[in-house]
Amino acid sequence: MFEALTLQLGYNAVLVTLGSAALGVAAGAVSAFLYLRKRALVSDAVSHATLPGLALAFLIMVAFGSDGRFLPGLMVGSALSAWAGLWTVNWITRQTRLPEDAAIGAVLSVFFGFGIVLLTIIQTMQSGRQAGLEGFLLGSTAGMLRSDALVIAAGGALVLLATFALRRPMLMTAFDEGYARVQGLNTARIDMALMVLVLAVTVVGLKIVGLILIVAMLIIPAVAARFWSENATHVALLAALFGGLSGYVGAALSATAPDLPTGPIIVLVAFALFALSLFLAPSRGVLASALRHRRLQHDVHLRQGLLALAHNQPVYEAMTQRMLRAHGMMRADGVPTDAGRIAAAAALQDETRWQELRRIEELAMLASRDDGLTPITDILTADQVALIDNRLKPQGVI
Amino acid sequence: MTPVELAAENGEIVSENLDGAPLALRGVTVSYGADPVVFSVDMTIAAGSMTAIIGPNGAGKSTLLKAALGIVSPLAGRVTCWGKPLESQRKRIAYVPQRASIDWDFPTQVRDVVMMGLHHELGLLSRIHGHHHAKVTECLTRVGMQDFADRQIGQLSGGQQQRVFLARALAQGADLYLLDEPFAGVDAATEAAIISVLKELRDAGKTVVAVHHDLSTVEEYFDRVFLINRRRMGEGPVAEAFTQDALHATYGGRLGDGLVARAG
Amino acid sequence: MGFEFVALSLPPLVIGTLAAMACALPGNFLLLRRQSLIGDAISHVVLPGIVVAFLVTGMITTTAMMVGAAGAALLAVILIEAIRRLGKVEPGAAMGVVFTAMFAGGVLLLEQSDTSGVHLDVEHALYGNLESLIWLDAVGWASLTDPIALAALPPELPRMGAALVLLSLLTWLFWRPLKLSTFDEGFARSLGLPTTVISLAIVTAAALAAVAAFDAVGSIIVIAMFICPPAAARLMTNRLESQVAWSLLFAALSAIFGYVLAGYGPLWLGASASVSAAGMIATVSGLILALAALFAPHRQA
Repeated sequence: MFEALTLQLGYNAVLVTLGSAALGVAAGAVSAFLYLRKRALVSDAVSHATLPGLALAFLIMVAFGSDGRFLPGLMVGSALSAWAGLWTVNWITRQTRLPEDAAIGAVLSVFFGFGIVLLTIIQTMQSGRQAGLEGFLLGSTAGMLRSDALVIAAGGALVLLATFALRRPMLMTAFDEGYARVQGLNTARIDMALMVLVLAVTVVGLKIVGLILIVAMLIIPAVAARFWSENATHVALLAALFGGLSGYVGAALSATAPDLPTGPIIVLVAFALFALSLFLAPSRGVLASALRHRRLQHDVHLRQGLLALAHNQPVYEAMTQRMLRAHGMMRADGVPTDAGRIAAAAALQDETRWQELRRIEELAMLASRDDGLTPITDILTADQVALIDNRLKPQGVI
Repeated sequence: MTPVELAAENGEIVSENLDGAPLALRGVTVSYGADPVVFSVDMTIAAGSMTAIIGPNGAGKSTLLKAALGIVSPLAGRVTCWGKPLESQRKRIAYVPQRASIDWDFPTQVRDVVMMGLHHELGLLSRIHGHHHAKVTECLTRVGMQDFADRQIGQLSGGQQQRVFLARALAQGADLYLLDEPFAGVDAATEAAIISVLKELRDAGKTVVAVHHDLSTVEEYFDRVFLINRRRMGEGPVAEAFTQDALHATYGGRLGDGLVARAG
Repeated sequence: MGFEFVALSLPPLVIGTLAAMACALPGNFLLLRRQSLIGDAISHVVLPGIVVAFLVTGMITTTAMMVGAAGAALLAVILIEAIRRLGKVEPGAAMGVVFTAMFAGGVLLLEQSDTSGVHLDVEHALYGNLESLIWLDAVGWASLTDPIALAALPPELPRMGAALVLLSLLTWLFWRPLKLSTFDEGFARSLGLPTTVISLAIVTAAALAAVAAFDAVGSIIVIAMFICPPAAARLMTNRLESQVAWSLLFAALSAIFGYVLAGYGPLWLGASASVSAAGMIATVSGLILALAALFAPHRQA
C-alpha cells in the first residue's frame, strides 16, 4: 500500500493515479461551484446521459471499420450525448411547468434506458462481444491500454487547468449572481462554462470511476467542504483538496489489489471525508451543533426560570425546574435559594436595562443584539450601562 | 372584561390561571439555530377580540404564530387554547398560512382547496354530500370568489389566492382564526374584502389574530395589538398599547419615527 | 401464435405493466413534493441491499433479496433525512452523497466476495430479466382458466400485482391527507395531521414499489416510471385525480409499447435478436413525456 501511495507501481498505475488525482482536484472545485449554485444533481443527469453517446460512438466507429474501442472517440460521443441531455433538462425546465428535479430524473432515466437498448444491440454484433462498454458503467482500470492511461492523465490535467483559469468568474457568480452581473460578467456564459467543466470531468472520469459513480465526485467533495467554512473561496479550495485526495488515495489503493475497483474506492474515500466533516466540523458539524443546541436549551430554561423567580411566579416546566435546581438556584420544594434570589435579581436587572436600551435613540441600534440570553454588559460599555441606569433610577426600578 | 384581560392590559405578566383565553402562550422560546428567534414570550389573546401582531421584519411574528399552532416546536414554554392543551382544541382553530409558503402550481381547483377546510368533518373516506358543496360555495361567496370555484389555483391573482385561503379557513367553522400576513401583496379590493369578513367574524364572537405589517392601518382594522421584537414588547387595546413609545421600543430608534408618524 | 404469445409474451407484458403502474402511483406525489429523485436514489441502493443479503444468507432467494433491498432503501431514506436535517445539506446533495456512497459500497462488496457461482451482477440489477419471465405451463389462452397452469405463473406476477393493489388501496384510503399535506404542509399541521409520518410513508411506499419491481424489471424502469409518466400526466391536466389516472395510463402504455418494440421492433427492421425490454420501456416513457412537453394542453404554468 505504501508503494502505491508513493507511486512505485507500474507506469500505467502511476499515470492513472496522477490522472485521477488531477481529475479529483478539478471535480472537487467544480462540485463546489455546482453546489453553491444549487445544481448538484444536474451532474447526475449529465453522467447518465453519456451512455447513448458512448454506444453510438462505438457503433459509428465500427461502421467505419475501426476497432470501436478508441477512447478519445468514445469520449467525444459521450460528451455530445451528455450535452444533449443537459440541453433537454434546460429545455424542459424552461418550456414546461415541470420542476428541475423532475427534468433531471426524466433525462437521466430515459437517456440511460436508451443507452441500454443500444448496448444490447452492440452485444449482438460480432465486434461487440468484446467491446467491454459495460466497463464504463462502473469504471475499470484493469487491463487499461497505455494510450488510455495517457489520455486520462492528460484529460485530468486539462480539466484542472480550465477550472483554475475560470475560478474567479465562477466564484463570483456562485457567490452573488447579481453582483457578478453588475461587474459586467456574463453569468449565463459562466454557467455554461461550469456545465462544460461538469461535462469534461464526467467524460474524463468515465473510464476510471464509471458513469454511475462519477456523480459522487461532483457532489460529495463540495458537501463535505461546506461544513468547514462559510467562505465560498475556502469551500472551493477545500473541495478541490478533498476531491484530489479521494482521487489520489482511491486510485492508488485500488492499484494494490485486483479486487479493489477504482471507482467505488474513490467514492468511499470521498464519503469517509464527508462523514468526518459531517460529525466533526467545528461550527456546522453535527456534534458541534448538538452541543450548541443543548447549551442553548439549558441557557433558555435557566434564564426563564430566574425571571419567573424574580417575578415571584411558580415555575411549571420540568426542565426549567431541573435547571434551577442543578445550578443551586432553587430548593427541591420550589423555594428559591439565596443564590437564586441574587441571580434572579441580576437577570431582572439585565432585562430591564435591555428594555430601556430600546428607548434611547442613539443606542437603539444596539438593541438588536438582545437575544434574551446575552448579558447587556457584554455588549455595552460601562458608561453606556451607567447611562441606562441613570434613566431607570427615577422610575425606582433600580 | 375578565381579570386576565385586565391584567394583560396593565402590562402584567398574567399568571397561570388563563381562565380559558382562546390562545395563551407562556414563556415561549423558539430557535432555528444558534440563538432564539422568539424569546420567552407571553401572549394572551382575549376572546372576541381582533389582534394584530406587529413588529419589524425578522422579529419572529410568523414564528410566534407557528409556535402557537404547534407547527414549530418551541425550545421552552407552553401553549394553551381555552385553558386546555392545543392538541385537544385543533378543531376550533383555523389557520391561514402565508400565501408564498405553498406551490400554487399544484394541480387542484379553488373548490378543492376550500373543501380542505372541511377536513375534520370529512375524515378519510366519508362521502362529499350536497351540503358540503353548499358550504364551500357559501364560504366562497363570503369572500366574493363564488365565480372562480372551478378555476385552477395557479390562474388566480395574489389577492384572489388570499381570498381562497380565507374561504378555506371560514369552511373550518372555527372559533379562533390565525392569519399570517393576510394583506401581503394583495390589491386594495381584496384587502377591504378580507377585513370586512374578519370584522364579521369578530362581531359574531369569534377571535381573530393576524400578523400584520402595515402600521398605518392598525387602528382602523384591529382592536388590540401585540408588539414583538424577539421579545414581547407590549400588548393591549390599540388605544393603550399602540403608542409612540411602544413603537419606538419595538422598531428601534429612528427606524420607528416615520412609522410612528404615520400611525399618528 | 396463441401458445407462443400466452407463454412467452403475456407474462412479461403483464408484469412490466404492473411494475410500471406501481412505480408511477407514488411517483405522482414525489413529483409534486419535489422529491422525484428519491426514486433515483432508492433504485441505486437496491444493489448494495441485495449484495448484503447474499453475503448474510449465502444464497440468492427472492425473499432474502427483497428484504435486503427494502432494508437498504429504508436506510438510504433515513440517512438522506438525517444528513439533510442534522447537516443542513440541501436535499438533492444529501441524496447524491448517500446513494453514490451506498452504490459504491455495493459494488466493492460484490467484487470482494465470491459470487461467481451465482447469478448476481450489476447488469441484472440494472436491466432486470423481464424477457425471461415465461410461463412454461401455458398451452394457449385456455390456460388462463386452468388452475394448475395458473399456479405455475412466474411468481413475479402475483407479487407485482399484490404490490400494485396494496399501493392503490393505501392511496385510496389516505387520499385526503396525502393531497392536503402535499399541497399545504403548514395548514395540514395546523389541522393536526402527522405530516412527517405522511412524507415518510410516501417515500416508504415508493421504496416498496421499487423493491417489488427491480427484480423483475430492473432499476432503469423503476426510475423512469417514478418520474416520466407522472411528469407527462401533470402536463395533461390541472386536477390531481386526473393526473394520477393519466400517469397510470402512460405507465401502462410505456410498458406495453416498450415491450412490444423491444421484442418485435428489431425483427421488423430485419435484425435477428431483440433488444433490452427494460431500456425500451424507459425510452418509450421518455417519448411520451416529450410528446406531452410539446403538445399537452397544460404544459405551461
